[in-house]
Amino acid sequence: MIVMENVQKIYRMGEVDVAAVRDVSLQVDKGEFISIMGPSGSGKSTLMNIIGCLDVPTSGTYELDNIVVGRLNDNQLAEIRNKKIGFVFQTFNLLPREEALHNVELPMVYSDVPDKERKRIARQMLEAVGLADRAKHRPAEMSGGERQRVAIARALVNSPSILLADEPTGNLDSRTGEEIMEIFQKLNTDGITVVLVTHERYIASYSRRIVHLKDGLVEGDEEV
Amino acid sequence: MRLKQSVHIARRSLMGNKMRSLLTMLGVIIGVGAVITMISIGRGAKADISERIKSLGSNVLSIRPGSQQFGMRRFGRGSMRTLKSEDAEMLDEKAEYLSFVAPTVQSNAQVKYGNKNNNVEIIGTTPEYQRVQNSYVEKGSFFTESDVLYKEKVCVVGKTVVKDIFEETDPIGKQLRINNIAFRVVGVMQEKGSMGPWDQDNRIFIPLSTAQKRLFGTDYIREISVEVTGKDDIEAAKAEIEKLMRRQHKLPASKESDFNVGDQAEFLKTLEETGKSFTYLLAGIAAVSLIVGGIGIMNIMLVSVTERTREIGTRKAVGAKRRDILRQFLVESLVLSLIGGLFGIFMGIGGARLISRLAGWKTDVSFDAILLAFLFAACVGIFFGIYPARKAARLNPIEALRYE
Repeated sequence: MIVMENVQKIYRMGEVDVAAVRDVSLQVDKGEFISIMGPSGSGKSTLMNIIGCLDVPTSGTYELDNIVVGRLNDNQLAEIRNKKIGFVFQTFNLLPREEALHNVELPMVYSDVPDKERKRIARQMLEAVGLADRAKHRPAEMSGGERQRVAIARALVNSPSILLADEPTGNLDSRTGEEIMEIFQKLNTDGITVVLVTHERYIASYSRRIVHLKDGLVEGDEEV
Repeated sequence: MRLKQSVHIARRSLMGNKMRSLLTMLGVIIGVGAVITMISIGRGAKADISERIKSLGSNVLSIRPGSQQFGMRRFGRGSMRTLKSEDAEMLDEKAEYLSFVAPTVQSNAQVKYGNKNNNVEIIGTTPEYQRVQNSYVEKGSFFTESDVLYKEKVCVVGKTVVKDIFEETDPIGKQLRINNIAFRVVGVMQEKGSMGPWDQDNRIFIPLSTAQKRLFGTDYIREISVEVTGKDDIEAAKAEIEKLMRRQHKLPASKESDFNVGDQAEFLKTLEETGKSFTYLLAGIAAVSLIVGGIGIMNIMLVSVTERTREIGTRKAVGAKRRDILRQFLVESLVLSLIGGLFGIFMGIGGARLISRLAGWKTDVSFDAILLAFLFAACVGIFFGIYPARKAARLNPIEALRYE
């Protein structure tokens, strides 16, 4: 599903080139639940951006579902993000003015799902994360855990290949964080591939495989 | 993404900032309103002049002073000083093709009655003026030839004067003061209405000689209006006037005439042309305010793009393409300018009516002007919306997501 070979990402910071990711080869199969761990500056955010098709590698190859991402242009990347990736962010990133239901609909707006169908799927997803009664609430009217569940529902509506979560519990208290992690576990059990980026061992322990990253290199790859 | 979605997003965003949206729109509302009102005023004036041309007797000619020339030098300044009362008397006496001759002098003066005072156009002329200008006394009588002969201090007043100075009381027999000289009112003229911004009823008519000697202290004449005996005689009459006047002024064949002969329609046509330029000028100034409104839109859209950087990042992360974002912001500025344009139309029509009522000018609200102003507003919306929209569309999603 995810095949990375010798992926390198170099940023130009003023006069010097900084290699955020130096040489990463990684394979993630369908149905896996994998955590990418590492201290800040280890390159995990950059790696996540590449996996999430927000960015392309400077060298090396990244294939997602047999599509070579490095060759795609902006529009094609947007389309892949829309169809194959479901993002869950640390800061939720919901649209503050829109109610929960519309937030969940958002990816379908960009894949031209007809109105009625869109509403139906969004409602169904909200129900799946246990928020059927919050459909008309705006993000400000919901708790952090509820917001993150809305974000998960949004990530799932276009049936993506990967659920990509970047520190999803970083802004939540530990009990709510556990609830969110249990949702990920359940989704994984239902067959969804989950890639989690975190720096907390405790959170990573919910996954079944942990990849340790340091200074832009893979330092360890362990089964849990 | 479909247009319906873009409109929905735009509506949400604009409603989320009602005051800001309203103020931004205000620029367009005022701009569109001003364009429509100004064009309406200009067109109203033009229509009025055109009407006047139609109602004019086509057998009326008018003689005006030309420029004087001494040797190689042309005296623009002295151009008003070539016609005299004697010219009019001579034409009246000798010309065969002219049935009536009415010389006029004209100037504005301060008019007082009791504690009222106002600036009024004073026209010094002869009784034949009525016939030539097709404008008669309604009440009382016009002054007579003998009034002109003896420089009597009598006057005939227009309707606006009756309204402003006499406050609708009967003015006949009363004394008013023009530049502090007392005149007795002998008659009231028929209403003529206004021609664009020119009120043709704010006038007082006095005997020519009285105006020249007692009021303005001049021997010269502003204009001689004449009525030709018949429509077919116009060209003959022009030639005759030319011949008689040149002889009267003792001009050798080598010299140009120091006067112009034209029919009134010609003069009015010039006026009409002026009116047209005036309309363009007004509309141009109004259009500037519309452009300023557009800059207001651009300003607010740029602020909005910055404020919503995270939202743009989020949208891009879940699959919005550049053109989706571009369209979203473009639709938003277009909605601002179109709604502003719509309200502007109402304001423009209202403004034109208000000016008609307050200033008494004729206005003509045309569909063309409305369409023009509205389309212009739409163009302004697109033109000034495109830069902020492109800026939004080009945001890097990673940086946008991280933006605080």
